[in-house]
Amino acid sequence: MNTRLRENLWGYFFIGPFVIGFLAFTIIPMIASLYFSFTQYNLFSPPSWIGFDNFVKMFTDDPRYLQSLKVTFIYVFGGVPLRLAFALLIAMVLNAASRAVGLYRTLYYLPSLIGGSVAVAIMWRNIFGDSGIVNLLLEFFGLDAIRWFGDPTAALWMLIFLSVWQFGSSMLIFLAGLKSIPVSYYEAASVDGAHFFQKFRSITLPLLSPVILFNLIMQTIAAFMTFVPAFIISKGTGGPLDGTLLYSLYLFKQGFEFFNMGYASAMAWVMLVIIGILTAVIFITSRFWVHYESEGGK
Amino acid sequence: MRSFQPKWIIYHVLVGGFVLLLLYPVVWLLMSSFKVSEQIFLTADHLIPDPFILENYVQGWKGFGGYSFGVFIKNTAVFVFITLIGHLISSALIAFGFARLKFAGRGFWFAVMIVTLMLPYEVVMIPQYIIFSQLGWLNSLKPLVVPAYFGHPFFIFLLVQFIRTIPRELDEAATIDGCNTFQIFYRIILPLITPALATAAIFSFYWTWDNLLGPVLYLNSPSKYTVSMALNMFLSNETVSNWGAMFAMSIVSLIPVFVVFFIFQRYVVEGIATSGLKS
Repeated sequence: MNTRLRENLWGYFFIGPFVIGFLAFTIIPMIASLYFSFTQYNLFSPPSWIGFDNFVKMFTDDPRYLQSLKVTFIYVFGGVPLRLAFALLIAMVLNAASRAVGLYRTLYYLPSLIGGSVAVAIMWRNIFGDSGIVNLLLEFFGLDAIRWFGDPTAALWMLIFLSVWQFGSSMLIFLAGLKSIPVSYYEAASVDGAHFFQKFRSITLPLLSPVILFNLIMQTIAAFMTFVPAFIISKGTGGPLDGTLLYSLYLFKQGFEFFNMGYASAMAWVMLVIIGILTAVIFITSRFWVHYESEGGK
Repeated sequence: MRSFQPKWIIYHVLVGGFVLLLLYPVVWLLMSSFKVSEQIFLTADHLIPDPFILENYVQGWKGFGGYSFGVFIKNTAVFVFITLIGHLISSALIAFGFARLKFAGRGFWFAVMIVTLMLPYEVVMIPQYIIFSQLGWLNSLKPLVVPAYFGHPFFIFLLVQFIRTIPRELDEAATIDGCNTFQIFYRIILPLITPALATAAIFSFYWTWDNLLGPVLYLNSPSKYTVSMALNMFLSNETVSNWGAMFAMSIVSLIPVFVVFFIFQRYVVEGIATSGLKS
């Protein structure tokens, strides 16, 4: 057996599981999903080809779809920047201390650790209840209590707050990034008389920008796919008045409550295209704000 | 002694105080689980339960449909264990292939793997459901655990990064000693990547333990319910005043997550910081 052949055999022996799994659980289902998106299919009778009807219906004849798109965009564009800003702020505050950073880092990470669980969604549901602790706090400060489950906008913000509360994993990534910035840069800037915001703008932000880009992309994709909190907090309805009908939840309902498998598949493909466009836009604009040291900017 | 300077005292009061505020809801959940259900919202502004009762835990543990909460925990533990073993074995093999072996198409498949990292599950969810239903796998763990044996892109990526830091001289020395490729993997690389495997195991545990969508799709009979599903059922059966039991079992569901975190904290924090794994 010649060496080249033997190398290839060993290579595919090791990565074989990935190749097989990719074909079986990703590429074949994707092709099937693309086909279903052009059909009407309820799982019990064979799919019937209806061309682009599913896609046309989505944008012209399904107000709930447009509503779910709207709340998802508010959730993503409201939640992700807030979450990252928060994560960066706390990371910088923790990075400034020499002691007890380990303990604080752990404690600030905890919400993120448990955030994806059903238990936390149940907890969130209850602290925002009419007589929950959030309203008690608002009243304590002389503000009016909010009926979080009565108003679609308030309910959506309740979900956004839950996602911001879980800033811990982004914070850990920022902390690692901050630690890799040489202290000497800040010292040199101080000697030159730079104040805090100048140092932040000219040192921290540029040197951290690749990490920000990474967090931004991963968090945007994850936020777009959020399911559990909306499912639990609205008890599977997406209510009130479809105010928390996130995209994934509506897709799930179309597929597994109404058994519109064709329509749900079409929704999944539109989701993929939207995520692709968002990622591409972030990447393209990153040329203008992400700083790579190898470019010799220093 | 800079930590005793006034500046640092203020720092610790602010930073410590703020984290207490963030964690307050969890403490509130814990304390409420020891309150009489009817009083939870009447006394929401008092943290300390009066009277302090354990009745909620007894009630919640009874579960529903004739299955105690212990059954749901056992189901989840089995689900987690089978998934975790699959993730570790397959991801280690695949990562070794990508990190160490030269073969035709390596770059292509590595790129494919990176792309699948970002692929939303929703795109494959429906056809997968149809395929698994035609295989007769519904209402079993198979659709949930079998894919784990074909690698997980996050863990493959994490392990590839880790293996690349191991000097190749070790492989070469082993080859001279007569090891074949599999023996290099098994005897040289595998023992050296245990820290990264530990990180992967912990995240596999978290993601599986918290998984709700998968079990909701594939498991129908209460005897097979996982903890996440059971909590969801508690919520949909939520009677006017049974919050106590629901809170109590919510706390129970969080205990393993906290225990694993406090034992293996270092791996969790380093795993996130170095590879961007998110939970």
